Amino acid sequence: MTLHFLNLEWKQFYRSASFNKSLGAKILIGFFGLYFTICFLLIGIGGYWILKKQFPEQDPLVLVNSFLMYVIVGDLIFRYIMQKLPVMNIKPLLTLPVKKSKIVHFILMKSSFSFFNIMGLFFYVPFSVVLILEGYDITGVLGWLASMILLIQSANFFNFLVNKNNAVFVGLLVFLILGYLIQYFNWFDLPGLIGIGFDRVYQSPFLALLFLFVFVGLYTMNYRQLRNEVYLDALISEQTKEVNSTDLSFIERLGDLAPFIKNDIRLIWRNKRTKSSVWMIAMGLLYGLFFYPNPAYKGMEFIYVFVGVFSTGTFLINFGQFIPAWDSGYYNMLMSQNFKYERYLKSKFTIMTISVVALFVLGIPYIYFGWKVLLVHFAAMIYNVGVNSHVILYGGTFNRKKINLEEKAAFNFQGTGAVQWIIGIPLMLLPMGIFGLINWLISFEIATATIAALGFIGIALHKKLMAAITKKYITNKYVMIHAFNQEN
Amino acid sequence: MIQTKQLSKKYGKAEVLHIESLEIPRGQSFGLVGNNGAGKTTYFNILLDLIRPTTGAITNHDIVVNQSESWKNFTGSFIDESFLIGYLTPDEYFEFIGDLRGMNKADVKIFLSQFEEFFNDEIVGKKKYLRDLSKGNQKKAGIIAAMMGNPKVIVLDEPFANLDPTTQIRLKTIIKKLTENKEITVLISSHDLTHITEVCERIVVLDKGVLVKDIETSTATLKELESYFSV
Repeated sequence: MTLHFLNLEWKQFYRSASFNKSLGAKILIGFFGLYFTICFLLIGIGGYWILKKQFPEQDPLVLVNSFLMYVIVGDLIFRYIMQKLPVMNIKPLLTLPVKKSKIVHFILMKSSFSFFNIMGLFFYVPFSVVLILEGYDITGVLGWLASMILLIQSANFFNFLVNKNNAVFVGLLVFLILGYLIQYFNWFDLPGLIGIGFDRVYQSPFLALLFLFVFVGLYTMNYRQLRNEVYLDALISEQTKEVNSTDLSFIERLGDLAPFIKNDIRLIWRNKRTKSSVWMIAMGLLYGLFFYPNPAYKGMEFIYVFVGVFSTGTFLINFGQFIPAWDSGYYNMLMSQNFKYERYLKSKFTIMTISVVALFVLGIPYIYFGWKVLLVHFAAMIYNVGVNSHVILYGGTFNRKKINLEEKAAFNFQGTGAVQWIIGIPLMLLPMGIFGLINWLISFEIATATIAALGFIGIALHKKLMAAITKKYITNKYVMIHAFNQEN
Repeated sequence: MIQTKQLSKKYGKAEVLHIESLEIPRGQSFGLVGNNGAGKTTYFNILLDLIRPTTGAITNHDIVVNQSESWKNFTGSFIDESFLIGYLTPDEYFEFIGDLRGMNKADVKIFLSQFEEFFNDEIVGKKKYLRDLSKGNQKKAGIIAAMMGNPKVIVLDEPFANLDPTTQIRLKTIIKKLTENKEITVLISSHDLTHITEVCERIVVLDKGVLVKDIETSTATLKELESYFSV
């Protein structure tokens, strides 16, 4: 039976349309995975000697143990954000002669082999091998390694029990910060204490049994919970939440663009995928803090342009690159309604422009790093409105991928095609290049003025550009309708 | 009046639709029946300019649908759930469609009040997103949205499917009322022969994309259709 399940999983994987289509995204994810694997492996192999060299007084294993608290809590937080709950399309299986317990066990077992659980092994296993080679007690090291593996598995199942409960997440964060603070101020060495616990495991390996109990306990709890949810109503029940409609009537002032803009605001607030990209805006806005305080970037003024375009344009880029794919679910309906396509695009343009200006205003505190920074950000804002918004709308005509709004955003490459990567070049690199060149050849002021001027030219040509873009959308209409009808 | 001339749609070598000529006069209630793959939805999609015909064209009130878009002003349609915006509540959806069809909030309210019985208190004023409604309730919202803004032509693909018996009967009343004074043309497709013979004054049977029967509905029509399909 397990073989049947595995067979189904495999078919689901390689027969999914996205497997063939978004090869680029697959390669990128694969690349990330490989990168992390190699990093962990290198640290695992070299870790022992690195620690030995840095802290010759201390035992590397004890050192590692004293950090384990951070590792465990950090792992839980990382899982909370990134790990998807194990899913399997069990609906068609429910009425077939398959024991429900079997389905549940399979789902749970499957989750045991997720990327998140394998990753840690690339560190712990080579590290343990090195320890044994260095003359540590074999049973002790094996007991320790077993505890680590059981801990990872327990974290896996703990995460599912928590099931995206925000309170637990905040609790973990507070625990992590408090743990750090009390250690930092030397009140009480909590991580050290936990570390001593792990030292004991090495000294008396049978203590690993404790972790086995924890693991079995968590597994059983998961099993019980899931077993009760293998019913259609239990699986569906979480969906129906009462809606609170916010009054958006103030948008009416925008005239005939209002219905679309209202829709887009609701689109952003009411769907998982878009909602999580709202948080990306905050990150984008703060992006400058990576660069400006860092003395390494001092005097590299073209960085200002990059940060300026990026921080005022995060929404423009995040939202704009998937126009009109956001509306792919009901594109057929839109196409049979009576409105001018230009009106639809104009509404998207308006939203993006508002966001750019708003983000510039929010970014005014960057003046702390000098008036030059703010000046360049201002020019970048104009550039975003005049050039990038049009470029991104034009780029939208190449969108051929449906977006399912109900899926999470982190590491979600649905709807992503080559365009999304290529479009980054004119958006960011071009203004950086122009600025850098003129700044180097002539002066900072002229360079800034050029960027702003390019933006103003774009704004002046807005009507013409929009007409051209609209034409392109209309010629691509049927291809887009066809593409958006495909599930991927 | 909706005219279809030398219309065909091919995917590769397979021809999925081929209609030499079909005229639907204004105010007619027109039914399209046929087994799966007969080309009903394809025909509607071409009529709504959602897919392009390989040859020929459909003219909707003197407008060739794939040349001008002004047919959209007087054509309402509901093909399937993809016509709904899942993250809106039904009220917001009606407001949105109303906006596009030139109705203000008050107009929308008056319009919807006619259908209170049809909605059976399950659509308007409910704090639920369209995506969380049952298939039948989604359909109710979509069908009524297609009738907004005084359209001259209403296209409904499989309107009776997924509806409960009471709602089916109510929908039949609504459709009959629409075509009462011969102003509004209603195009319906259905697998249910009883419903469609009851509602439509003319029924066209498609088979593998070809028009095989064109019947003016009479008391004998249901029998005729049943014997045609019982092969």
